Amino acid sequence: MTEIKQYVLLRHRDVPGLDQLDVYRQEGGFAAFQQAVTAMQPGQVTDVVKASGLRGRGGAGFPTGMKWSFIDNNNWPHYVVANADESEPGTFKDREIMEKNPFQFLEGLALCCYAVQANAAYIYLRGEFWQQAHFLDAKIAEMEAAGLLGEHLFGTEYSLRIYTHLGAGAYICGEETALLESLEGKLGQPRLRPPFPPSFGLYGKPTIVNNVETLANLPLILEKGAAWYRTYGTDKSPGVKIFSLSGKVNKPGNYELPLGTTFRQLIFQHGGGLPEGRQIKAIMPAGASSSLIVATEQALDTPMDYESVPSVGAQLGSASVIVIDDSVNVAWLINKTMHFFKHESCGKCTPCRDGTYWMMHLAERIAGGEASWADVELLREVAGQVKGKCFCALGEFSIEAVLSSIERFPADFEQITHKEA
Amino acid sequence: MTSLAEQYADEVQAILAKYPPEQKRSAVMPLLALVQRRDGFVSKAALQEVAQMCGITSTETASIVGFYTLYHDEKKGTYRIQVCTDLCCALRGADEFLHKLCEALGIPVGGTTPDGKITVEAVMCLAACDKAPMFQVQALGSVHHDGLEYHENQTVESALRLIEELRQK
Amino acid sequence: MTKQITLTIDEKQVTVPQGTLVVDAAKKIGIDIPVFCYHPKMEPVGMCRMCLVEVGRPVIDRTTGQAVLEADGTPKVQFGPKLETACTLPVSEGMVVVGMSDKVKAARKDVVEFLLTSHPLDCPVCDKGGECPLQNLTMAHGVGESRFNYDEKMHLAKHVPLGELIFLDRERCIQCGRCVRFQAEVVDDPVIGFYQRGRAIQIATFSEPGFDSYFSGNTTDICPVGALTTADFRFGARPWEMRATASICAQCPVGCNITFNIRREAKSDGEIVIKRTMPRQNEQVNETWICDKGRFAYHFTEGKERLTAPLIRRGDDLTPVSWDEAIEFVAQALRDAGSDLLTLASGRLSNEDLFNLRSLSDAFNGKTALYTHMAGGDLTAQVGVGQGTNFADLGAGSVILVVASDLEEEAPIWWLRVKQAAERGATLIVANPRPTKTDRYASQKIRYAYGNEAATVLAMINALSAKRPELPGKVQATAEIKNAAETIKNAENVIALFGSEGLGLEGSAALAQACANLLLVTNHTGRANNGLIGVWPRANEQGAWDMGLRPAADLKAALAAAKMVYVAAADPLGDDPALAATLGEVPFMVVQELYLTETAKLADVVLPALPFTEREGSFTSGERRVQRFYPAVLPRPQARPDYAITGEIARKAGVDAETDSAARVMGRIAASLPDYAGIHYRRLAQVQEQWPIVGRGDLYYGGTGYENKQGLGVQLAPAAQQGQAPALTWPQVAEIAVPEGSLLAVPVTVLYDQGITVSTSPLLQTRIPQPYLTVCPAEAQRLNAEAGDLVQVSLGEQAVKVTLRVDENIPAGVALAPRSLGLPIFAPAAIQVRVAQKATV
Ligand SMILES: Cc1cc2nc3c(=O)[nH]c(=O)nc-3n(C[C@H](O)[C@H](O)[C@H](O)COP(=O)(O)O)c2cc1C
Ligand code: SF4
Ligand code: SF4
Ligand code: SF4
Ligand code: FES
Ligand code: FES
Repeated sequence: MTEIKQYVLLRHRDVPGLDQLDVYRQEGGFAAFQQAVTAMQPGQVTDVVKASGLRGRGGAGFPTGMKWSFIDNNNWPHYVVANADESEPGTFKDREIMEKNPFQFLEGLALCCYAVQANAAYIYLRGEFWQQAHFLDAKIAEMEAAGLLGEHLFGTEYSLRIYTHLGAGAYICGEETALLESLEGKLGQPRLRPPFPPSFGLYGKPTIVNNVETLANLPLILEKGAAWYRTYGTDKSPGVKIFSLSGKVNKPGNYELPLGTTFRQLIFQHGGGLPEGRQIKAIMPAGASSSLIVATEQALDTPMDYESVPSVGAQLGSASVIVIDDSVNVAWLINKTMHFFKHESCGKCTPCRDGTYWMMHLAERIAGGEASWADVELLREVAGQVKGKCFCALGEFSIEAVLSSIERFPADFEQITHKEA
Repeated sequence: MTSLAEQYADEVQAILAKYPPEQKRSAVMPLLALVQRRDGFVSKAALQEVAQMCGITSTETASIVGFYTLYHDEKKGTYRIQVCTDLCCALRGADEFLHKLCEALGIPVGGTTPDGKITVEAVMCLAACDKAPMFQVQALGSVHHDGLEYHENQTVESALRLIEELRQK
Repeated sequence: MTKQITLTIDEKQVTVPQGTLVVDAAKKIGIDIPVFCYHPKMEPVGMCRMCLVEVGRPVIDRTTGQAVLEADGTPKVQFGPKLETACTLPVSEGMVVVGMSDKVKAARKDVVEFLLTSHPLDCPVCDKGGECPLQNLTMAHGVGESRFNYDEKMHLAKHVPLGELIFLDRERCIQCGRCVRFQAEVVDDPVIGFYQRGRAIQIATFSEPGFDSYFSGNTTDICPVGALTTADFRFGARPWEMRATASICAQCPVGCNITFNIRREAKSDGEIVIKRTMPRQNEQVNETWICDKGRFAYHFTEGKERLTAPLIRRGDDLTPVSWDEAIEFVAQALRDAGSDLLTLASGRLSNEDLFNLRSLSDAFNGKTALYTHMAGGDLTAQVGVGQGTNFADLGAGSVILVVASDLEEEAPIWWLRVKQAAERGATLIVANPRPTKTDRYASQKIRYAYGNEAATVLAMINALSAKRPELPGKVQATAEIKNAAETIKNAENVIALFGSEGLGLEGSAALAQACANLLLVTNHTGRANNGLIGVWPRANEQGAWDMGLRPAADLKAALAAAKMVYVAAADPLGDDPALAATLGEVPFMVVQELYLTETAKLADVVLPALPFTEREGSFTSGERRVQRFYPAVLPRPQARPDYAITGEIARKAGVDAETDSAARVMGRIAASLPDYAGIHYRRLAQVQEQWPIVGRGDLYYGGTGYENKQGLGVQLAPAAQQGQAPALTWPQVAEIAVPEGSLLAVPVTVLYDQGITVSTSPLLQTRIPQPYLTVCPAEAQRLNAEAGDLVQVSLGEQAVKVTLRVDENIPAGVALAPRSLGLPIFAPAAIQVRVAQKATV
């Protein structure tokens, strides 16, 4: 199935004015939250989410309900943090949700809070989302005024407050423990794990960190049920996903599609294909952190779900699909990604801090045509040295494009390097 | 100099109210953002002021300023035009856009116009990859403007028009 | 007891307590896993990735919960796909760690290569060269040749001052974060931090003054490269050119164990000189740390102006004479003075010096006086901390009471030890009139008015209604006091530290007695980890009390009454100009000193003594640990050890005394003082293995601090531990009258004052504040003064001008007068203050 009759997440595209509280409520908004708070045990909410098979949309694809069930109930208070850092190059889905369908996200956040009995939640937005933060502040105020947030919700003992918190420019703060450090007013450097946030999170208290899109799924899952949600997607990757499509395509943008939709369908059917006369060469399905998939016919027909993408040598990640055409030399591309990772390395661990710096210099020289094949070899070796040694995933992400480019597109490098002196 | 807490009592109150009273340190980032909107950058004096409000040292506060790219420890243009030249935007002509824009303004990338109003910089992905070329405008040293604004699907001409408007403000 | 875990590391089995990290478990069996960011005294962070190892764990059958066995019956072990950091990994049962495989070796080589891409490799000119973990680990694990393009190296500032004491070489820094974590975690002064991120990340300070911490020098010991150096030692010498000599810090009663690094050098005219002070490990005293005063203040021993020959007054002049002549002269004077002799000496001297002084005086039935502003050393000898006391053993169930002390200013390493005990769960009760840094760790805080120190402690006893002492009318047993009393009563261990915040001799005596009583009535004396500690102003003040010296209640009167005064290691006139007339009239005065002090200038005979760096001796610390120091450098030719000078004089005067070695004097001490029975130098030199292991070939592990091979010292048993029950006597609590319009000036201690031992250190000089007086804002307003104004302080006949400071934490009606900073205030006193000159803005 590649079509969805009605949007699950990008419902504003179906319903004009959905960012207005009254419209959202007319559409059944907050019924799920009210139902949960007044008529369900917290554990029941978790059970529904578990049954839906929803997996985290922040990149790792971890089963959401299972994560919630890890929360330490012997240590209080609990917190929920919405990860709205959205800084992976090629990713712009959370932004659309927050801008256009804010209440569905906020209701999802509230449901998560109720499920883990948190009375306070923070939305950590990347610092650039200044306007979105202020927009959400206004929406939160409306909810408070409408009795959807605050003390004694719906006449129960349950109370909930939601706060926005702006970052200030650091991709690493999307990593959940770096995010928590940042929220505590410290450097955005990842924490040693274990312990994981569900036992030791914000202010050392049990905390659930979920992505904005993950949370936005919850109201309809609670309203329509796990079985309904599972009618979308595949068995192991149920549900819908927003694919951020960018790069060399005619119609870049967000596309909400069932998991398991193929690359071909996304790029050609929805994205309008490539500009006149251009051939698709490679795909990066998970933004700049992704390996490059060689865009063979077979690859194009691969379903985009958590299980299938690895079969063509990449990860689904945040499903930020970057299309590369035949005008691009991948050496240029990895020069871009290496600049990104070198710029974003937090500096905590040696391989990433020094490795990204080294790799960036090599990539720059290679892309500038000032390098020999030996430098390409060296780049590959350095990337291999980084691999498996980093403190967090950022460093590991940094080598994906490098290694896959050199391995899968050697001709690009041969073309651009000068012969051995 | 009047203190931040006096000058922007409401804002400061609203910021501090977000966090548990014993976790004042969490307020350091929003307070720095506020200071920066006031002063255009984070001065040493401001560091100390914010540090005190958060119960941490100036050095700990400075570490925050140094780590995050949206804080500046030096004054540049009142408006920082930050053009995304990251991978996806670059695939759609962002590098060319940036260079033409700078050329039109007669400044190098990272430079500031002689009137001190406009600085143009290259930045990493801004989550607007489908709307390249694009940039954000960071308004500094004036709390009257919105702190950050996105401008998407830009041409050099539209960008120059906007810059003219900003200069008039 | 903690569970024991058995695991295998590089084919050797080891059993360690649960919670031990793999890296430490390996160290215990002599296996060195290389580390950069890990330090055994700090929480692991796993940043540098140098300690990567292969880790296998026994496979457990999910259904049975039993270990799966191999065909040969051994447990099946599954290795993970990724290497793991040994510094962050707690041991688990049956774990198999491989630190020698090719994969691990390759990983170490990779990490070293990464670090070297940013490293200048200027080892030949680096202060750390020769004792550098990076250099050593590069030799052991690194690649031969750099594959990194030299042109792409970051070139960074190499001489960045982080304040006046510590310099940073940005190129050498490997961003391990040890220094930042030490400052934040260990000493709670987060005044250096990381600035920027990624490869650009650097160490920076934004405090005023830069790197504003009393512990900053320790970061240079634990920095695994030559990135942090002390301004003192930078480019001073190469580690291999220096020898190490053991000593004891002579700056405060903690008695930190130190090592002096020395070398003979041309630029010092071919003399052997001290190049730096390093911590020497003593886990019961200072662990592996020292404070900056201890590190930088040794310069007072090496001044060019040191006395070079005995001097005898001839008319207005002090004329150099031979030792024989000087000694004969003094002996004659002694015989003349007889029992009208007053010997005035301070706790700057060693036990041996003080013993000889005391013996000499006793032989003539003379009087002795300890030069100090604190009392109570007799009580610490009775109810002091028991033998076996170690702050490191205090945790939950223990109480530490700190009364009238700004502990970090008075004894920095004790502050650290107390802080750590509080972090381990000990209950810290702080009673002080104003907040200090100690408050951060206090679970109970008691504020009393200056003057009510002893009464406050008595009120605790009162609250327990054991024996009800009289309280002055103003002191109430508040809820805080009652709570503290209950806590103390119910605690397993109690250590009480009393300091001299706001106190003169009299108040100090009362406070010491009150604290002793509190410990006695709550039964916290006579055993390890219980008892009383005086936060003395000098290193060997406890020793001085033990040697039988006592402060004179009225020093001026005692001086006026004496026919002969023998002053050793004290400068009463320098401290208190008001004594000029009295001292001028002393018929015969001998001064035994390092320098020609103000007092010495008035003397009839001046005898040049040797500083502790040029001779042997022992100090008794505030915890009553007797510790030996050794000569570090050759003695200046004409000067002699104090004990030898006094001994010679004694012999000349017909009194039997030891003169040739400190060890022999100690023999006499042991023979005549029961508390010191059995103490001899060989015993003081005994050591045993300490954890963590530091100072061996593996410098990267614990830092460059020294292993202790020269003696851990011996802690004395107080009388209470020897079965003697001290009597309770109730102190007199006097009130000080402050006339209308006056302020009550109270003396307080600051670490860096104008005392000779600090002001002669070129580095610390920069940190000594201008003379000042502190009042609260209301008082400042009443004086029509602002912070920074120059104010005239009148006290009796004297008037002194100092800068005014304003601090909201100080009670009204009170002015804080730091000791040895321009104001001759030794006990609470009424003063008048008026503005002399407004601050220029
Ligand atoms: C370098 C890095 C950047 C990340 N950035 C984001 C991000 O911007 N947004 C996000 O939701 N998750 C991000 N993640 C994933 C988070 O760590 C975390 O897994 C996620 O927020 C969990 O939410 P989910 O289970 O709902 O996906 C990032 C992870 C890494 C390692
Ligand atoms: S891999 Fe290391 S340096 Fe890179 S972002 Fe993660 S922790 Fe920071
Ligand atoms: S200065 Fe030394 S201790 Fe501090 S981070 Fe750098 S290398 Fe580590
Ligand atoms: S704490 Fe005291 S004994 Fe230790 S180094 Fe400092 S001054 Fe010396
Ligand atoms: S790459 Fe420019 S906004 Fe994402
Ligand atoms: S990571 Fe283990 S020592 Fe640094």
